[in-house]
Amino acid sequence: MTRTSTPQTSTTTPTTAHTWDSLVTAALLGTERRSGTSPRALLDEAAAQTLRHRAGLRPAPAVALPEPTGEDPRPPLPAAARRRLAMLLTDRPGTGTTRRGSTPDLLELLPQWLAAANEHGYAPPPELLPALLDAARGRTDLRPQALAFAGPRALWLGRLNPDWKFALRATPGASAALPSPEDTERVRRLWEEGLFAERVALLSIVRAHDPEAARTLLADTWGSERAEDRLMFLDSLRTGLDDADEPFLERALSDRSRNVRATAAELLSALPGSALAGRMADRALSCVALDRTTATIIIEAPHECDPAMERDGVVAKPPAGRGERSWWLGQLVEAAPLDRWPDRLGGRTAQEIVALPVADDWQGELHAAWCRAAVRQHDIGWSRALLGPATAAGAAGPGAVSLAERAKLLTALPRGERAEWVGQFIAAHGLSEAFQLLGVCATPWAVPLGQAVVDALNIARDAGSYPWSFSGVMGLAERCLDPSEVVRLEALTAAVEEPEGSAPGAGGYWGEAFQRLAGTLRLRRAMRDELVPPG
Amino acid sequence: MTQQGVRWTADQVLALAPDTASRKAGSKLGTAGPWSQTGSSDEGAVWGLCKGSGSKPYQTIVDTGGDSGGGSGPAYKCSCPSRKFPCKHALGLLLLWSGGAGQVPDGQAPPEWTEQWLAGRRQRAAAKRTAQDAPDAGSAPADPDAARRRAERRAQRITAGATELEQRLTDLLRGGLAQAERAGYGLWEETAARMVDAQAPGLAARVRELGAIPGSGAGWPVRLLEECALLHLLDQGWLHRAGLPEDLAATVRSRVGLPTQATQAAQRDDWLVLAQYDSADGHLTTRRIWLYGTAAHRTALLLSYGAAGRAPALALPAGLALDASVAGYPGAGTPRVELGEQFGAARPTDVRPAGVDVGAALAAYGEALTADPWLESWPVTLTDVVPARDPDGGGWQLADAEGKSALPLVPQASAASGLWRLVAVSGGAPVTVFGECGHRGFRPLATWTGAAGDVISLC
Repeated sequence: MTRTSTPQTSTTTPTTAHTWDSLVTAALLGTERRSGTSPRALLDEAAAQTLRHRAGLRPAPAVALPEPTGEDPRPPLPAAARRRLAMLLTDRPGTGTTRRGSTPDLLELLPQWLAAANEHGYAPPPELLPALLDAARGRTDLRPQALAFAGPRALWLGRLNPDWKFALRATPGASAALPSPEDTERVRRLWEEGLFAERVALLSIVRAHDPEAARTLLADTWGSERAEDRLMFLDSLRTGLDDADEPFLERALSDRSRNVRATAAELLSALPGSALAGRMADRALSCVALDRTTATIIIEAPHECDPAMERDGVVAKPPAGRGERSWWLGQLVEAAPLDRWPDRLGGRTAQEIVALPVADDWQGELHAAWCRAAVRQHDIGWSRALLGPATAAGAAGPGAVSLAERAKLLTALPRGERAEWVGQFIAAHGLSEAFQLLGVCATPWAVPLGQAVVDALNIARDAGSYPWSFSGVMGLAERCLDPSEVVRLEALTAAVEEPEGSAPGAGGYWGEAFQRLAGTLRLRRAMRDELVPPG
Repeated sequence: MTQQGVRWTADQVLALAPDTASRKAGSKLGTAGPWSQTGSSDEGAVWGLCKGSGSKPYQTIVDTGGDSGGGSGPAYKCSCPSRKFPCKHALGLLLLWSGGAGQVPDGQAPPEWTEQWLAGRRQRAAAKRTAQDAPDAGSAPADPDAARRRAERRAQRITAGATELEQRLTDLLRGGLAQAERAGYGLWEETAARMVDAQAPGLAARVRELGAIPGSGAGWPVRLLEECALLHLLDQGWLHRAGLPEDLAATVRSRVGLPTQATQAAQRDDWLVLAQYDSADGHLTTRRIWLYGTAAHRTALLLSYGAAGRAPALALPAGLALDASVAGYPGAGTPRVELGEQFGAARPTDVRPAGVDVGAALAAYGEALTADPWLESWPVTLTDVVPARDPDGGGWQLADAEGKSALPLVPQASAASGLWRLVAVSGGAPVTVFGECGHRGFRPLATWTGAAGDVISLC
C-alpha cells in the first residue's frame, strides 16, 4: 500500500502496528508453522484490525497544487449553443456502415459551428474541453479553429495531458520558445540554434512583422543551410510575396539545388514586374505571332533550351510522352506576364485573344499555359476569358482547359460571379463533373447555385441511378447549401414512385438522402440561430 | 394537475441514454425532420411519429413521470424493435421536446394510440396506490406457512454454505496465504460455485473477488487477509444472526444475498439526481443512481438491474429534482432506497448538497462502517478541493485548497474520461465534488461550481 494511492492509516500505536504486521506474516506462513494462534483467532483479529484501520483513515498529504489557469475574458456560450456543441462532440465517426441513412453527420458540422462561435467571440464551457481536444487530436484540419475557441484553458490542459500536447505546438503564442519579433537578440539566437520547425515559425513571424529583417536573417545563413531546408524557407516567402523579394530570389536562381532554382523562378514569375518575368515574356512573345491577314495565332516553339533559360527555371527535359519544344513553350508562356499579350496580338482584349484561332493544333498547349499564368498571377480578366461561358459545349469534356484548371481559374473571380458560373455549368452539364468546381465556391452557396445543385440532384434521381453515385456532391451540399433551401427540399423528401428502368430501391435511398440533407440544413439553421451574438 | 411547461434540457435527456451509441443516435433524431404529429400533454406525456426506414412510422410515447405515472421514473414506449431502453426514438423525441413548444406543442390531448398505454399506466398506478394503502391485503403471500418453510430451507442451506466457507478460510490460514497464489483461480471458482449452490450469492461474489487478489500487485497478501477477515466476519454474522441487533442482522442478511424489500417508511422529498452510472458483472448490469433529498439533506441510492444486454429499466436525468417518495431498505445506515410514487415531472432545482472537507469525508465513511462493516465506500460531497497530480506516481488526488491534506482518487477514476472533465472544470481552482469515499480512495461522480452551478456528470 503506497501512501499516495490510498488514504493514510491513522496514527496507530506501535503495538497495534506491530500486531498487524505480525498478523500478516502469520497469515502468509500459515498458523501450522506458527504455534499459539488458531486460524479462527487470526481471522477474528484481522477483521477487527481491518475495520479499525478503515474507520480510522486519515487524509494523505497533498501534492503540489497546479498553477491555476488564466481567466478567459470571453462571454460564455448561450445554453442552447452549449448543448449543441455537446451533441456535436458526442458524434464520432467510424462505426463502419457504408450506407449513411437519413440522419446528419454531426461531426462534419463541427468546423462550421466552431467558425461561428469564434466569430462571435464566445468562451467554451470547460467541461466540454476534453471532448473538443480529443476531436481536434484526431483531425488536424480542425485544430486551428478548435484551439482558438478552446482558449487558454486548452493550453493549461495540454501541459497536463500528453494526448493534448498538440495544443502547445499548434496554438500561436503558446510556445514560450518563440521570442517576439522585436527581440532581435533572441530571434537571432533561435534562428541559429533552433529546430527546423521553430525556425520556420520564427521566419514567418518575423516576416509578418518586418519583411526586411526576415530577408536579412535568411540571407545571412543561406549558404550553410541544407538544400531541403532552403527549399522550405524559400517556399515560406510565398505568403506576402513582394517586389522587394526580387533581389533575394534572383540570387537563388543560381542555387546549387535544382528544386530551389525552380521555386525561385516560379516565385519571380508571379511578380509581373520582375526582371525574370520580363526575360520570360521576351522569350514567349518571340514564339507567338499574329498572322494579320487570317487573324490567326501562329506558334514557333523554341528550338533549344539554352543555359539562360535553364537558369530562369525552365526545365529542359520534358516528362515522358511530351515533345520538348512544346514543353519549353508551355513554361515560357506560363511565366510571362499576361499584360504583355494585348500589345503583341494587335491590341486585343484577353477575351478577344482567347477567341482567336491558333494554327497547327497549338491551341490546347497555349491556352493551358495561359491558364497556369492566370492562376499564378491572380488575373481576373484572363481567368474570366479562359473560363469562357459555363454553358459552352465541351466545357464539361476533356477540352483545352481541364476541370482542375477551371477550378483554379474560378478562384480568381469574385464570389458572386464564381457561384453564377458554376450554377450555369451544372444546369448545362449536370453534376458528374461538378465536384471540383463546387469545392472552390464560397459557403454558404449563393441562392442560384444552391438551386442548380438541388435541381440537378432531382434530375439525377429521375434518371434512376443510386444516390451514392453523387455522395461527394451530396456531402458538399450538406455543408454548403444555404439553410433556407430546406423549403425547396421538403417536396423532394417524400417518397416517389420509382421511374421505369431505375435501379432497384433507388427511390427509397434517394428519399433517405434528401431527408438527411434537409435534416442537416435544419440542424445548421438551428446551430446558427443558437449562436446569437453576445448581448 | 402537475405544474406543466417544465421541459428538460438536452443534457438531462441525454443523461437517460443507456449507452454512447444510443446517445449519438438519439441526438441525430432530435431534429424536426423525421417527426410528425408530435405533442405533449399537461400530465407530462410526450408523443410523436418518427419516420424510419420502413413504410410505417414508429409510434413513440414518453411519460416524463407526471400524475399518470406508475411511480418508477420516466417510462417509454416505442413501436420500434430496439431492445435498448429508452430507445433512440424516445431520446430523439425528448430532445425535440427539450427544444421548446415550436417543435412539440404543449397542452395537447393525447391521440388514440397513446391514450391506451397511458390509461394502462394510470390504472396500474392507482392499483398500486390502493395496494400501498392496504399493504396486508395486496402483498401477503397466498400461503404464509409454505413461504415460511421455503425461507427456513434456504436459511439452512446458507448456514451449511457459510459453515463450509469458514472451514475453507481456516484451512487457508492454517496453510498460509502464500499458497493461495500457487493454488490459482480454480480453487476460488469452485468455492464460489458452492456458495451459489448454497443460495448465498453475496458470499459467492465475495469469494470470486478473493480469487482476483493473489498476484494483483504489491501488497496483495495484506488485501487478501483483509478480505478473508471480512468474509469470515460475514460468515460469523450469519451464523450468529440471532444474537445480533435487528439492524445489523438485516445488513448481514442482505450482504449474504437474501432478497430484501424496502420496508422503511416512505419519505417524500425533492430528490436531486446527482449521478447515474452502470457497472457490468457477468450477465448483470447494475445501475446506481445517487439522489440527494433537498429538504431532509439526505443522500440515497437507487439500484436498478438489467440482464443479458438490456439496459436497466430505471433512468433518471442527472441535475434535475424529482418530487417523489422513496422507501428505505432495512439495515443499519444503508443509503439504499426504492423509488415510490412520483408527484410530477422532474424539474430543475437550485439546491446542492453542502460539502465537507477531506477529513470529514473519511470520518463519515468510518462512521458508516460501524453500522455496516462490509461497506466499501460512502457518498460524500467534498467542498473546495483541487484535482492535483502526483508528479512522481502519476496518480490523482483531490487536495484541499490550502494544499495540506488530500484524498487520493481510486485508480479506475484516474483512467476515466470523467477525470479530465473534472480537471477542465477546475482549471486549478477549487470545486465541489460529489462521489464515493472509501478505503481505496475517492471516486468522483459529479461536480459543480458555485452555489447552484450546473451538475456536471463525471461518470
